[in-house]
Amino acid sequence: MKVLVPVKRVIDSNVKARVKADQTGVDLANVKMSMNPFDEIAVEEAVRLKEGKEHHAAGTATEIVVVSIGVTQAQETIRTALAMGADRGILIQSDADLEPLAVAKLLKAVVDEEKPDLVLLGKQSIDGDNNAVGQMLAALLDWPQATFAGKLVIDGGKAVVTREVDGGLQTVAAELPAVVSVDLRLNTPRYASLPNIMKAKKKEIAVKAVADYGVDTADRLKVLKVTTPPTRSAGVKVADAAELVSKLKSAGVL
Amino acid sequence: MAVLVIADHDGSAVRDTTHKTVTAALALSSDVDVLVLGKNAQAVADAAAKISGVRKVLLAEGDAVAHGLAEAVEATVLPLAAGYDAILTPANTDGKNFAPRIAAKLDTAPISDIVEVVSADTFVRPIYAGNALETVQSADAKKVITVRPTAFAAAGEGGSASVENVAAGEAPRTAFVSEEMVKSDRPELGAAKIIVSGGRALGSADEFHAVMEPLADKLGAAIGASRAAVDAGYAPNDYQVGQTGKVVAPALYIAIGISGAIQHLAGMKDSKVIVAINKDADAPIFQVADYGIVGDYKTIVPELMAALG
Repeated sequence: MKVLVPVKRVIDSNVKARVKADQTGVDLANVKMSMNPFDEIAVEEAVRLKEGKEHHAAGTATEIVVVSIGVTQAQETIRTALAMGADRGILIQSDADLEPLAVAKLLKAVVDEEKPDLVLLGKQSIDGDNNAVGQMLAALLDWPQATFAGKLVIDGGKAVVTREVDGGLQTVAAELPAVVSVDLRLNTPRYASLPNIMKAKKKEIAVKAVADYGVDTADRLKVLKVTTPPTRSAGVKVADAAELVSKLKSAGVL
Repeated sequence: MAVLVIADHDGSAVRDTTHKTVTAALALSSDVDVLVLGKNAQAVADAAAKISGVRKVLLAEGDAVAHGLAEAVEATVLPLAAGYDAILTPANTDGKNFAPRIAAKLDTAPISDIVEVVSADTFVRPIYAGNALETVQSADAKKVITVRPTAFAAAGEGGSASVENVAAGEAPRTAFVSEEMVKSDRPELGAAKIIVSGGRALGSADEFHAVMEPLADKLGAAIGASRAAVDAGYAPNDYQVGQTGKVVAPALYIAIGISGAIQHLAGMKDSKVIVAINKDADAPIFQVADYGIVGDYKTIVPELMAALG
């Protein structure tokens, strides 16, 4: 089974995003960038499918192709995935920050070329927080989708996915080929070892241009401004529980 | 212009997230229809018809839509889409699952998790886990939008819309297998007026339950937890409040032994009144709390129980 894993280079999750003074966006200059944490989980699961870790049979995945759409430096993100155990990479170079619909159209073109059996990707990127690309890719391909995976089992040509939904868990069986988006608790991604980082340097990354795929990537949404949300100010310290209860009663919330 | 709201319900009643989404829809248009997807869901449709401002309720009944399978929801909504300029649904796990799929089929850019309707084509939505707000203007003729319910007031009751049946779609290549829903007599996190939330300071699952449950029962509150407490195994996944869990905005949020990581604050900072109980006076949670008590929860919580009477 061939697995395609789209990954995105985003602001590191430990860095607090700061809005630019001119309200045009978030300041990414000299900010640490990393692989989107949800995508890291997708890469890890793909590698486990290949290695036969946890409940997966060894060789469930035979080839793992990583694709990223972004600036030249996104090659580093692809290298990280290759060091974790993916086989080869594709970078579709774009200096523009493409919208989820455009990303889904490009990924569909990649799927048409690569013909994977499974697309495994993070449920959302931690910059745009759209939570849309996986679902849109599945729609464009007319494939089944299973989002927010907390557990994945490949069984008899199906992806059996336990989804993390409001109020509990839902398990669905999607016929392959399918798109599966992953949630936080699917696995804990590994740190690549030094020998694997060295090996990853020799793995192939094909560099493409958006124009190579001939799809419409025009923006549909115009960002009018990006602002900092109103901040809460610290309130008062109260001495004890009795004082707290009387304050809450006078605030009308008890 | 007409707007379709895809309802959120529990199988027998409409959730107030639907009422809140209707409020957002009414800011776009006065012609708002509600689509109820389910099985034996006539009572839900009748309840949706009573939401003030609703023009018409559409009811689609089938197994696949009742399980919220995105492929089936897409197949149900697409034939209806011609009659609407916008499709709105709450930004819960169901809406997030099917809305982008519908949007892609309509070749439109989904607008996720809006917190404000500026005009019929301009919306505000949080990005970077709520650390920034983005105002976007859509150029698409047809819009697909998920709505953060906590950002809108609930539409009232008093409507008397008609209910008509529409065909439910299928999901031929996706099968529902099973579900495990957490059963609780307490209110749901998303709908609760009061939430008591516990952090890693509680130290164990037994302690978490022993401290949080009696307090929640006394207040009629839902129980939440920080990601640290969930990751440590003290509380189940679906208790998690934060960037990666649920975003809540109750009238009262009581954080017990929670330090206040950015991740957690992103999920609760819109609460009306925040109370923090923490023994570390420098914990970041105190910077957002309206009322703070510095002290050990082991002594404060019993005192609080006593003071509540």
